[in-house]
Amino acid sequence: MMLYALLLATSLSAADGFNLSQSCPPSFELVAGNRCKLVSRYDMYDSLQNKGVGGTQTALPARRDGFSPQQIDLGRYLFFDPLLSGNHQQACASCHQPARGFADGKALSSGANGQLGNRSAPSLWNVGFLKKLFWDGRSDTLEQQALIPMLAEHEMANTPAKLLADLQANNHYPALFRQAFNTERIELSQVATALTAFQSSLVSLNSRYDHYAHGYHQALTEQEIKGMNVFRSFVARCAECHTPPLFTNQQIAVIGTPEPDGMPFDAGAGAKPGWEKLRGGFKVPTLRNIALTAPYMHSGRFATLEEATEFYSKGRGHAVPKGEDLLLHWHIWEPKLTAEEVQQITAFLGSLTDESLLPQTPKRLPSGLALPTEITTNSQTSGATE
Amino acid sequence: MKKTTIALALLLPVAFFTGQYFSGPAMQAPSLTADVSFSGGAAASANAKKSVIDHGAVGQVHQVKPGQLIMDAVKAAQPGDVIQVFPGDYVETVYIDKDNIRLSGVIIDGKRPRLYGEERLNDAILYSGNNILIENFLITKYKGNGIMGQAGNNFEIRHNIIEDTGVYGIFPQLGINGLVEHNVISGIEDAAIYVGMSDHIHVANNEVFDSVAGIEIENSRHAVVENNFVHNNTGGILAFVTPGLPIKDTVDVIIRNNWISNNNTANFGAPGSMVAGIPAGTGILIMAADEVIIEDNIIIGNKTAGIIITDHQNAPNTTLDPESDPTPDKVMILNNLMYNNGYDTIAEAKVLLATEFKQGQPDIIRVGNSNGSCINNPQQYITVGVSKWPACSFTNTDSVVNYLLEEPAAPRTVAADEKGKYVYLGVCTGCHAYTGRLIGPPVQVIQSLYMDEPQALADYILNPMKKRDDYPAMPKQDYLDAETRLAVAEYMLKVGN
Ligand code: HEC
Ligand code: HEC
Ligand code: HEC
Repeated sequence: MMLYALLLATSLSAADGFNLSQSCPPSFELVAGNRCKLVSRYDMYDSLQNKGVGGTQTALPARRDGFSPQQIDLGRYLFFDPLLSGNHQQACASCHQPARGFADGKALSSGANGQLGNRSAPSLWNVGFLKKLFWDGRSDTLEQQALIPMLAEHEMANTPAKLLADLQANNHYPALFRQAFNTERIELSQVATALTAFQSSLVSLNSRYDHYAHGYHQALTEQEIKGMNVFRSFVARCAECHTPPLFTNQQIAVIGTPEPDGMPFDAGAGAKPGWEKLRGGFKVPTLRNIALTAPYMHSGRFATLEEATEFYSKGRGHAVPKGEDLLLHWHIWEPKLTAEEVQQITAFLGSLTDESLLPQTPKRLPSGLALPTEITTNSQTSGATE
Repeated sequence: MKKTTIALALLLPVAFFTGQYFSGPAMQAPSLTADVSFSGGAAASANAKKSVIDHGAVGQVHQVKPGQLIMDAVKAAQPGDVIQVFPGDYVETVYIDKDNIRLSGVIIDGKRPRLYGEERLNDAILYSGNNILIENFLITKYKGNGIMGQAGNNFEIRHNIIEDTGVYGIFPQLGINGLVEHNVISGIEDAAIYVGMSDHIHVANNEVFDSVAGIEIENSRHAVVENNFVHNNTGGILAFVTPGLPIKDTVDVIIRNNWISNNNTANFGAPGSMVAGIPAGTGILIMAADEVIIEDNIIIGNKTAGIIITDHQNAPNTTLDPESDPTPDKVMILNNLMYNNGYDTIAEAKVLLATEFKQGQPDIIRVGNSNGSCINNPQQYITVGVSKWPACSFTNTDSVVNYLLEEPAAPRTVAADEKGKYVYLGVCTGCHAYTGRLIGPPVQVIQSLYMDEPQALADYILNPMKKRDDYPAMPKQDYLDAETRLAVAEYMLKVGN
């Protein structure tokens, strides 16, 4: 991809004004009503009760789509624009960097003002398929979710009034919102919709694993196939929770991963009153593009995929702090994976990498601000820019 | 009473063998008797078990003999092919990510092929394809499952003997329309037969013993469990809703004509597993499942109780799942022969008996809530918690032969044109825009180059040669089969924006 990226970057000249795209992003079909509908090879299949979980040839779960090309493109600008943060230092893309699988490569994210957060930034690839968002599953929609980091003190530390004033006072955004929403006054909900629209275009379904799943068995090496068979075996049981095709069954599970030294125990989904049985429970994360998003787990506690995999083999509850009585998931047991099997699983997880539909990073931002430094310092690997 | 069918066993049709040439006199595939039903006697029964697979045209037969790998035959097989495995030992994990494969053990002089895991290999057989048939194997000493299905529809698993093999003996998961019959399974750490998150299932004529759970129907719908011999497990037959799974309910299960005896084996389930909480001596356990009918079973000698019905609140180890209903509703207990159960029951049951001023050995224990349930002739049993249940409005399930589908679950039929569209949008548009340069040249340019020569375009993408100095090379699309390559070529040439 790198080579393409460079070529593309030089081939496009920056237009003066900003015009939102009138075509849908790759993998989306423009349908009646100026809406973009996701199309993928998984549309060839069905799934039991349309849940989108199963085996190799299983349909995807319901997804967010149907946004207009303009809304998606506006969302792309917003996603990269530090104007959305209180001090204009941080964009969504600061923590969800295209070059790092839309995560940030850190164990714990840090905010616009430098505060350390309490959890690791998850990848946003295929986030449009998720029914529950955040590690603890506390948010139900991308729209609702989008406002949270913008307004959170330890993240982008903005206020609704300031955000809207900044956008409204900008040279370009009012016109862009008009193109996308046919509106004179920018509203918070439109910001959320545009961010949702863009994020739902982050689709990764063309990995070598997918070629295998669609029937081209030469796509995986012997080592990777062995890994796949360990992964879905009933010894490792990874696929019972990380179920294809998205490699998540979208449930909350208590598996008892450790916190980094010095961090307090994270109750996850069990922090909610009445949900105590799910204490220490987290949403099963997708493993697509997982090789790009180290470190791993809600706390970023594991630096490598080997470590993350070995966690499952070290004994049920081995990392649960003393005094915590967790209702650990029944699939967490003692699989006694051999070192060889851990390598095989890791190799298989590597075959889930696919960035073929990586969106273009804007070359210039409507706000006139510079792209977040996290992105520009990684620019040699940051994919296409325009 | 249901009528028994004489020719229950579905034998390989003779067609598979006619015209086959077998080399070497040592191991010849026997020619098997064709499948013909008994037509005399009483009026013909509608109960003939049919195949759930639409086999279509029979393909090639691949023979596997000791010293060879079954997996080599699976790799070579095309949909429709038959793989015959001759008696002998095979130490491997067989995985089938293809449709329409018959994996068929050949039994000669009472000897069947043995899949042997050496207490080292994970699962014996894994499949994800549709229309998979697995029969006549002896499976032993694997660490994971004997036979495991992931989302394959129309499966038949039959005539296998599975001994001392890990977690589940037979475990179809996320499938529709499947038959599990005439298997003998023992020494399993969880369930000998475990149907998970599946619809339209028939589990019949199996013997399951010396395992933690005999037969478990979990988060599944429309299942019949009949004529099984379920003995010496910790718990006999289970109909469960396990919370925290993506499929949320168990509905419409008939448990009938099973022989469920002496399921008193001490629980040796893995700590934390769903079955680890089953009290030894449980005949049938209904947890949170709805519309379960229990009819004409012989339930004897299960020391805790013949039947236990519970909600999630009263079951150990169950997690919270707001999306799954914790209550077993519409449980229907018809006539059953229950004798000598509950003779060494748990303390909780004694307390419950006392609250109803009863004593003795409980056949049926119900704890927690249950709505709309019923029981026929309750006076014949010693019961706790069901005395307010009314009689059921029916006495038998004879009209339900099985819950299998009339026609095998069809794969979505996808026209070539649609396939072309999926690939065009899902893959090609990543590099080709209709107008304007992306990573590759615009589709408009490609259209003018290839016009009405889709085959030439299809050939190009199989092995693209470098054409333009100012573009990178296009990656091979060799993972697409010939039909799909042509379909995407045709689609690319006609798309209009
Ligand atoms: C300071 C770093 C940071 C910034 C800035 C940030 N995020 Fe995040 N994001 C995180 C972290 C950390 C989490 C996980 C938090 C949790 O689970 O409690 C997260 C979670 C998410 C999720 C949930 C993903 C999932 O799989 O559940 C989405 C979606 C998301 N962010 C989108 C955005 C958007 C849109 C923006 C800009 C408006 C943004 N983020 C800005 C760090 C950041
Ligand atoms: C019981 C369900 C379950 C099983 C089984 C399971 N996982 Fe997980 N997995 C989870 C949950 C929940 C998390 C998030 C936990 C956390 O953040 O503390 C997770 C996290 C991960 C992560 C880190 C993801 C990220 O984005 O940081 C990896 C890698 C992973 N699992 C791999 C595996 C492998 C390999 C196996 C099999 C050996 C496996 N899992 C088995 C539920 C499961
Ligand atoms: C990773 C990017 C990429 C993908 C994906 C891709 N192409 Fe290409 N394609 C290119 C590039 C780059 C060229 C120009 C190659 C050259 O001129 O040497 C090209 C050229 C072509 C040509 C022109 C051949 C000629 O004779 O000039 C055709 C036809 C074509 N692609 C079809 C397809 C089809 C059909 C698909 C989807 C199955 C597809 N491409 C997917 C990058 C891609």
